[in-house]
Amino acid sequence: MAKKLMKGSEAIGEAAVQAGCRLFFGYPITPQNEIPEYMSLRLPQVGGCFVQAESEVAASNMLYGAAGTGERVMTSSSSPGISLMSEAASYLAGAELPVVIVNIVRAGPGLGGILPSQGDYFQATRGMGHGDFRLLVLAPWSVQEAADLVQDAFDLADFYRNPVMVLGDGLIGQMMEPVEFSSDRQPIKELQPKTWAATGCPGDRPTNIINSLFLDPEELERHNWKLKAKYDAMTRDEIRSASYAADDDYDVLIVAYGTVARVCSTAIDELRERGVRVAMVRPITLFPYPYQAIRDAALRASSVLVVELSTGQMIEDVRLALEGARPIHFHSRVGGMLVTPDEVIEKVECILAGGAAEVSHG
Amino acid sequence: MAETVFSRPGALAPVITHYCPGCTHGIIHRLIAEVIDELGIRERTVGIAPVGCAVLAYNYFTVDFQEASHGRAPAVATGIKRARPDLIVFTYQGDGDLASIGMAEIVHCANRGEKVTVVFVNNAIYGMTGGQMAPTTMPGQIATTCPLGRDVEQAGHPIRIAELLSTLRTPSFVARAAVHTPLYAVNAKEMLRRAFRYQVAGTCFSMVEVLSTCPTNWGVPPVEANRWLAQNMMPFYPLGVFKTPDGADRAPTPGAGD
Ligand SMILES: Cc1ncc(C[n+]2csc(CCOP(=O)(O)OP(=O)(O)O)c2C)c(N)n1
Ligand code: SF4
Repeated sequence: MAKKLMKGSEAIGEAAVQAGCRLFFGYPITPQNEIPEYMSLRLPQVGGCFVQAESEVAASNMLYGAAGTGERVMTSSSSPGISLMSEAASYLAGAELPVVIVNIVRAGPGLGGILPSQGDYFQATRGMGHGDFRLLVLAPWSVQEAADLVQDAFDLADFYRNPVMVLGDGLIGQMMEPVEFSSDRQPIKELQPKTWAATGCPGDRPTNIINSLFLDPEELERHNWKLKAKYDAMTRDEIRSASYAADDDYDVLIVAYGTVARVCSTAIDELRERGVRVAMVRPITLFPYPYQAIRDAALRASSVLVVELSTGQMIEDVRLALEGARPIHFHSRVGGMLVTPDEVIEKVECILAGGAAEVSHG
Repeated sequence: MAETVFSRPGALAPVITHYCPGCTHGIIHRLIAEVIDELGIRERTVGIAPVGCAVLAYNYFTVDFQEASHGRAPAVATGIKRARPDLIVFTYQGDGDLASIGMAEIVHCANRGEKVTVVFVNNAIYGMTGGQMAPTTMPGQIATTCPLGRDVEQAGHPIRIAELLSTLRTPSFVARAAVHTPLYAVNAKEMLRRAFRYQVAGTCFSMVEVLSTCPTNWGVPPVEANRWLAQNMMPFYPLGVFKTPDGADRAPTPGAGD
């Protein structure tokens, strides 16, 4: 298929359709309304169904019901709406249902603002709801990557029977970029038929029950460890990260994800032109987190700079990766303010001149 | 050979339920199972269990089931039915589940006209959590969170769900029945049959509210509980058909005394 200029949110919607998603449940919230709007027009064209729910609570529970029939299903929302979906996320993980949830993050807490933020990092990577569970979290930095990751998300959700979150921000949603959909895309995992789906019991098997209730503690303990084994398998097989300008030697390593990494890449280009040796490693999966890749890359630098749109969330994972091996510096904007390439350049220069305070000592 | 005139419905699993002695949840299960058998829909039916005493309903039927979170069964039903319109989808919900925490989900499911069937078991109390006040608890009725009796100045009056849903413009079938005597149970089964038939025909949303007993948390023996229901609940919760998809007037249950 030829490249087509698409808005991020439309590309996300179309990618879902291309991946075989036929059901979408959502509730309006800025800045992601273009996704449900796209789906409301597009899904009926392919024999699918769009429902505007009465709330994100209902939308995410519709998602649960539809996923229980074995169909490919998706919802999207933004931060306050995602909070309302945390109940369903827990039940989805507990009942092992594959779904894709897109969070176009906005600034918080509370009603916050509608501009881009990365303030939902903890919520996304630390389970999102009650109980002992994880989402697999994918963070695109371009419209093309958003389209690719949404399609991969459906395969990963089906393979692990676990909710997968695509974490973006308003920039990804609004950005127009060329996108290409492959016409013969194959699943990235070997997928089994969904024999567990509750679609009517013909009588030749026990009834299929979609459920997260285990009143017997021994049984629930076994279930908890079974879920943990899946998260371990994700950690073994699904970690993704990309590096930028890391082929040449560097003194400062930037760690950033999503659109912030995009901004940092512009800063790195400029710094490199001036002969400043700087590179970046960009996590693409936020859970499982690329601890080893970050550690390996950081050990080649003399210091590390974490850039994110929060007062300091992903930096905790970088600390875990480095275990004090290198000094860590931090630059962020919050509240919907964006990091500019100039700010990053200034910060890197300041670090190299020895004038920047470390937030974590090497 | 003797002719079998009475046996366990095929849709009812051959297991012992955990319901308390005298609780009418079990009777309602049986009526649903009989209707599923009679309509020949067992193999394409999916039930949704609530959070409440009927949380284990998925063990008591021989149909596929999904367990919903508290109050969300109508949303889960919507998801299933939209994904697979060929399936017959029913929820089974208590009054805390449906009329309190799940009020938004039930109203909007009915208002969208989802072609699913809701069996709403109104026992005027929170059974599973130990007898707290429900939105359907009667004025003056004692519960663990209104130990002096429900004070309507503080808690408002009980909510009449059948009446409330029948005000929606979207065509639907809405009825209220009871199961505390065999005769009423026969009528309740007829209401359930009609509700499922409307779904099988793809006509409309259907809900049957069934008045039910909770001897354990009402603190009365089973037989007395049946009497308590007739004396206290039935005058406030009249039985009958409240809404039909063709817009016919309300039809009270014959002999129900309202
Ligand atoms: C979100 C949430 N809140 C509260 C509970 C606790 N809870 C379990 S059952 C129940 C009430 C059930 O009462 P009802 O729906 O009337 O059904 P019954 O047990 O009487 O059949 C409550 C509040 C829960 N499981 N989940
Ligand atoms: S507590 Fe009440 S509603 Fe629950 S099983 Fe016992 S009698 Fe029935």
